[in-house]
Parts: sequence; structure tokens; C-alpha cells
Amino acid sequence: MSILVIAEHDNQTLNFNTHKVISAAKQLQGEIHLLVMGHDCAAVGEQGSRLAGVTRVLLANDALYQHQLAEPCAALVSRLATEYRHVLAPASTFGKDMLPRAAALLGVGMVADVVAIESEDIFVRPVYAGNALARVQSLDAVSLLTIRPAAFDAAAESGEPVPVEKLAAVPVENSSRFERDELSVSERPELTSARVVVSGGRGLGTKEQFALLEQLADKLNAAIGASRAAVDAGLADNAQQVGQTGKIVAPELYIAVGISGAIQHLAGIKDARVIVAINKDEDAPIFEVADYGLVADLFDVLPELIDKL
Amino acid sequence: MKVLVTVKRVIDYHVRVRVRADGSDVDLSNVKMAANPFCEIAVEEAVRMKEKGWVSEIVAVSIGPADAGEQLRAALALGADSAILIETDKPAEPLAVARLLAALCEREQPDLVIMGKQSIDTDHNQAGQMLAALNGWPQATFASAIEREGDELLVTREMDGGLRTLRLAPPAVITTDLRLNEPRFASLPNIMKARQKPLASLTPDALGVAIEPHVRLLSVSEPPLRKAGIKVADVAELVTRLKTDAKVIP
Repeated sequence: MSILVIAEHDNQTLNFNTHKVISAAKQLQGEIHLLVMGHDCAAVGEQGSRLAGVTRVLLANDALYQHQLAEPCAALVSRLATEYRHVLAPASTFGKDMLPRAAALLGVGMVADVVAIESEDIFVRPVYAGNALARVQSLDAVSLLTIRPAAFDAAAESGEPVPVEKLAAVPVENSSRFERDELSVSERPELTSARVVVSGGRGLGTKEQFALLEQLADKLNAAIGASRAAVDAGLADNAQQVGQTGKIVAPELYIAVGISGAIQHLAGIKDARVIVAINKDEDAPIFEVADYGLVADLFDVLPELIDKL
Repeated sequence: MKVLVTVKRVIDYHVRVRVRADGSDVDLSNVKMAANPFCEIAVEEAVRMKEKGWVSEIVAVSIGPADAGEQLRAALALGADSAILIETDKPAEPLAVARLLAALCEREQPDLVIMGKQSIDTDHNQAGQMLAALNGWPQATFASAIEREGDELLVTREMDGGLRTLRLAPPAVITTDLRLNEPRFASLPNIMKARQKPLASLTPDALGVAIEPHVRLLSVSEPPLRKAGIKVADVAELVTRLKTDAKVIP
């Protein structure tokens, strides 16, 4: 039987999370179908049709799916799911909002935040803020999974387009309605797919001082993240939070500046290839996971570091 | 408006968990337990809505062992009017939790259910969405602000790219994110008063719900340890290491 992958997109561009989920799907047996739900999103269907591994694109192009709200998306996914052995979505706020709803409509369980696939029904997922890994077996006829994007490589864009099939919308009752978006605007690479992430904690003190990280990030073409303490103190945006309750990142290089390293934060960065910590407290837990630690006042060393890069 | 608010008893978030030697699960014996932080935010929000006059009655619910009564008493001390413990020693999966809560919604007829977005033990982030589906209600997950406009609610959600506001007509399910509010502490007089408030106990059988496994836990292991790193003396050494040893910068 086949695998259904649910695309994440903004009606114009396929989100990179989708490339990660496709490569997870390739570890399972079966043809991979990509479901694109959106409005005026033909371009996304076209992009999806060129992803290596995808054999068919299902395009539900309707005003009902414009904002990809959980209610209509879950209704369509639950209707399609019975034809599939696996249904995969990214463990992003989109996937986490929608897929459990589809699971309950189907009357099946769901496996969240999968970081490894052992077989068609055995998966590994982190629990307790990543302090333990659970191997679980899905007992349902169709396995619904959200995939942690940071744990998988991205599928290639092969350039060989596959057929795009149009789907009719499935109307729903009692849906929430879209009111407005306030998106964080950033010229920088996206946090979860950036090669380098520079993150700041409460140690930076003020919003003005937090901006010091921008110069460092500019030098490294890095995304800027933040600890929960920094977000709560108003130094950074909610969308920048890295950790158990924020974003999970796995960059080549993670630079933690003025972050003590609470377990909730470490849960979000454990899979970074190289971790650098700059902190004046030599007993800060961040040094237990840092490959390179520098015990120093960040205000003394940041300008020097920016200068030397 | 009547609100049902859920509270899960979990390991205290400051505790560093240990995996049992036989790899069957994490070791929860003699570990400090507490209310899940996201549930505390849910209770606080329900209480604030009552203080604003939007809500007339708050029912706190927990599913778990008899000890979870402790977390319900705490919710009563914070302002819930009554509490219901659905007692079970079996670990309930998100779908089972949603089914139990859906059955309870039939009995209690709430206009709104407020739940945490995830519990910090199993990190599923599913039960609220599943309950909304089973009830056929709209959902607003990861809420960071709730406002009222007439009979409808405007809920701002934390999404990957920023914030999104949804409009919902009750009955509905809302799940809380960290920045929705700052939970208060219970005062001693309120803790004393909470002892007099009703706390009912129910079983899954009484609700007509059978807890069946959909996902079986096979084993639990420690995550791979990162190799111990080194401390560098200064910025110059750090840059050299990143260039020549780690080769992560050009």
C-alpha cells in the first residue's frame, strides 16, 4: 500500500519541511503520494511533482483550504487515509494542529515527532523533553505519523514531473474561521533549516544588546534563535524560541550566547553537529553539551568574535 | 459559559528523568510529581475568564491514578468550582483521553474545553485536537491570547512563522501555549476552602469508554550522549577550532 505525505506550504512555495518528510517516507515501503491542500496553489503542486520519490500529487485547490485550517484539512485527510498504509506530516505547528484531528476522525492513534523509522510499524520518538527515546509500535491499519524535520535529510528536487490529480473539497461544519496573521518578517534563513544558528539568552540583557547577535549572524549567514527566558523577557520573538516547546533545530553549527542550558532548551539543539557556548558561568549546564565552550563575558568577546570571522 | 479544564499529573519539570535499567520505561518511583505546566496555564485562563464575567462555572478534570486528586485540589484552590477525577492506573493514550473527555462532555455539557498544548512527559501534543474532532467542535491550538467578541472567541495562536488569530463559536476546544498567561499561586485560605469543594471520582467504565492501546511502547532508552567537548581559552582559539578542527566555518 502507498504512503500519503501532507505538504506544508504558503500557497506559493513548498515548505522545506516537506522535503524532509518525503525522505522519511522513502524509508517505508510503497509509492509516495503528496497531498497539497490550499488555494491558488497550483505552483505548489508543480513544485511537489518534481520532488524525487513522489509518484503522484493530489491537489485540493479550493478556498476552503486557503489557510490550511485544521478542521477542513483533517476532514479531507481522514477521508483519503483509508486508502493508505501510512500518512505522514511534518511535526510543525501545521502538522501538529491537523494530524491528531484526522487520527481521531479515523478512530486511530498517532505517533508524534518521529525521529527514526525502524520498520513499517515501529518508530522512535523522543519523550520527556528528549531525555529518553521511546520505541513504539503502531497497532492500527493505517499509521499516522508526524515527522521531526530536523531528524531527516531533505529529498532532492529531481526535475522529473509526475502527474497532478485534482481533488474535490470536503465541506465541514463547525470550523474555526481565519481572522488575521501577524507573520514575523525575516530576511534570514529559516530557523529550522539554517546551516548555522546563533541563539541568545537572557544574558544579553536588553533588546538592543540582543541585536548584537545580528552582526554575528550576518557574518555566518545564520538564523537567530532564542531561549525561552529571552523570549519571556521580551528580547526576542516567540517564533524564535528554540527548545521542547519551541522549535527543534539541527544545524551544522549552533552558537549559544548567554544561554544557561535548561533541559527544555537542550531538547531543541541536541542534534546540532557542533555546539559552541559562550557564557560567563563556567558551571552552566550548556557546557555539558557544548563541543567548544568559552567562559567569558559575552559583551567582551562578541565584538572580537564578529571581527575575527 | 461553562468551562471544562484538564489537569494532568506529570513528573515535575525540574526533575531529570532516568531510564529504568531494563529499558521498559522511565523510572517514576520516588520522583516529584506536579501539574503539567501547560495545564496550569489552562486553569489560570479559565479563572481569568471567570473573573471577567465570561464564565460562570469551571470544572477541573484529571485522568490518572488516585494521586492525581492532589492536582485537582490545587486547581480548586486556584478557582475551579468542582473537580472530577477519572480514575485509572492504565496509562491513557491521547485517543483514550479524548474519548473519556468526549464522554464527559456529553454529561457535563461545557461550552468550552481548555487544555494544555502538550504534557511534558509524553510530549504528544494530540489530546485537545482529538477531543475537538470527536465532539465535532472547532479547535484553536497553541493559544497565546483569548479575547471575546459577542458570542465568539478570538484566539491568537503561536505558529512557526508568527501569530495567527482564529474566530470560533463555542462549543470549542482551546489548547494553551506558554505565553497565554502567568499562572498564580494559591493562597493558604483558598487551599483550605478548596477542601470543601466537590471532587467526584469516576471510572472509564462508568463513562462507557474502554481504554484500548493503539500504540504499544516497546522500550525506552537513553538518548545518545554527546562527546564531551573542550573549553577554549579565547576567541582566537575558538575561531581556529571552528575552522580547522570542526570545519564548520570557512
